[in-house]
Amino acid sequence: MEIDWRIVEMALPLLLHGALVTLRISITSAIIACGLGFAIGLCSLSNVRILRWFAGGYVDFIRGTPLLIQIFLVFFVLPLVGIRLSEIWAGIIALAFNGAAYIAETVRGGVGSIERGQTEAAKSIGMTNPIILTYILLPQALRQMVPPLTNELITLTKNSSLLSVISVYELTRAGQAIISVHFVPFEIFTLIALYYYVIIKSLSWLSRRLERRLPAW
Amino acid sequence: MVTAAVSATPLVHVDGLHKSFGDKVVLNDVSLDVAEGETVVIIGASGSGKTTLLRCINYLERPSAGTIEVSGETIGGRLDESGRWIAASERTLARQRQRIGFVFQRFNLFPHLTALDNVAIGLRKVRGMPKREARERAARHLRSVFLDDHMTKRPSELSGGQQQRVAIARAIAMEPDVILFDEPTSALDPELVQEVLDAIRALTASGMTTMIVSHELGFARQVAHRIIYMDHGAIIEQGSPATIFGAPREERTRRFLQHFSKA
Repeated sequence: MEIDWRIVEMALPLLLHGALVTLRISITSAIIACGLGFAIGLCSLSNVRILRWFAGGYVDFIRGTPLLIQIFLVFFVLPLVGIRLSEIWAGIIALAFNGAAYIAETVRGGVGSIERGQTEAAKSIGMTNPIILTYILLPQALRQMVPPLTNELITLTKNSSLLSVISVYELTRAGQAIISVHFVPFEIFTLIALYYYVIIKSLSWLSRRLERRLPAW
Repeated sequence: MVTAAVSATPLVHVDGLHKSFGDKVVLNDVSLDVAEGETVVIIGASGSGKTTLLRCINYLERPSAGTIEVSGETIGGRLDESGRWIAASERTLARQRQRIGFVFQRFNLFPHLTALDNVAIGLRKVRGMPKREARERAARHLRSVFLDDHMTKRPSELSGGQQQRVAIARAIAMEPDVILFDEPTSALDPELVQEVLDAIRALTASGMTTMIVSHELGFARQVAHRIIYMDHGAIIEQGSPATIFGAPREERTRRFLQHFSKA
């Protein structure tokens, strides 16, 4: 098989543009997902029953339905109730809502893994639950939450390729556009894979550095 | 023998305490009073309910029945006019627990905080004291358990004996009415036991009311105003150290003590 290097040369900058869009989408939705995920994770740890139910139901729904369907729901169904979003924002919101559920589970798991003696000691000096969570449990859970959180963010970045179905011009969509004109699937899909690989490698490198910089005891 | 500076109204009043885990009865109708300034040492075989009794007093375990009063206030809730139990809010319970110190067998220090901050954090986050004042006070309490040189160390840098003394300082710092010790030296290497016992001894000598679950019978004989012997979730016998160790009335107490002095 022969590689068409002229196509490769032509596609590299076009795909780079797509990769930057992928990066922008991923970063934006990761930030929203982290905020939302922490909030929902804390809800699931709350001793207010309604908050726990809400968190449980939310996670259950997201895990129980395909992301592709969630993207369609945000893109096609929200306009019917009067919320009109651009493709890119619909995509960001869908990814963020999806990631938040998994991040919430990470937060719940991380805090839950701190041994019970810590909570008991904190209670014995008169601390209330919010104080215990903020000053005793979360600081201890943070470091061990970094690897699973990184996994979630990597998944989120990979999942952003699904946004091509609602015509968000990210890396995958950009590649598909080139393929549809020149019919060079081998070259383009290989390049797309490489671009994703570089993005995700840098992400896990950053995460390892962050983990090492967090205090250990 | 030590004579108790015992006042009339009890500081801790336990009445008809029951606790079961599923079908297993752990505490069966335990009642006892502890006077202000008194040192009570609870002895008994493992599984006799000693630890559960302590954990019920500060509501780390919820009693199945019975009431606990500390300084005249019922812990964890109250009975309404018709005799129904109304559970206290989490906030109320937290406030009540400030008055009941607890020292755990396995220390349970906060590993992410220095010794100083382990003691100061309660003052800051529960009492709302400014950081500097809280730390000054914490330092004073750490000195009282002979930890002058270790204040800025994390628990992982301290020996078991030092960790347990930080835990004692953490309990003292909240200025509780009573401090409960749950086998404070059981998790320690033998050579570290004495320094912790010395810290507890100093505390009881200062007039703090304490309830101590311990297997250190020699220590119990020295510091206790009263020894309580428990077996199968009930108080079998109680009295002065001289009585319990010298001339116990109950056969079971005698057998326990014989068994223990052999070991």
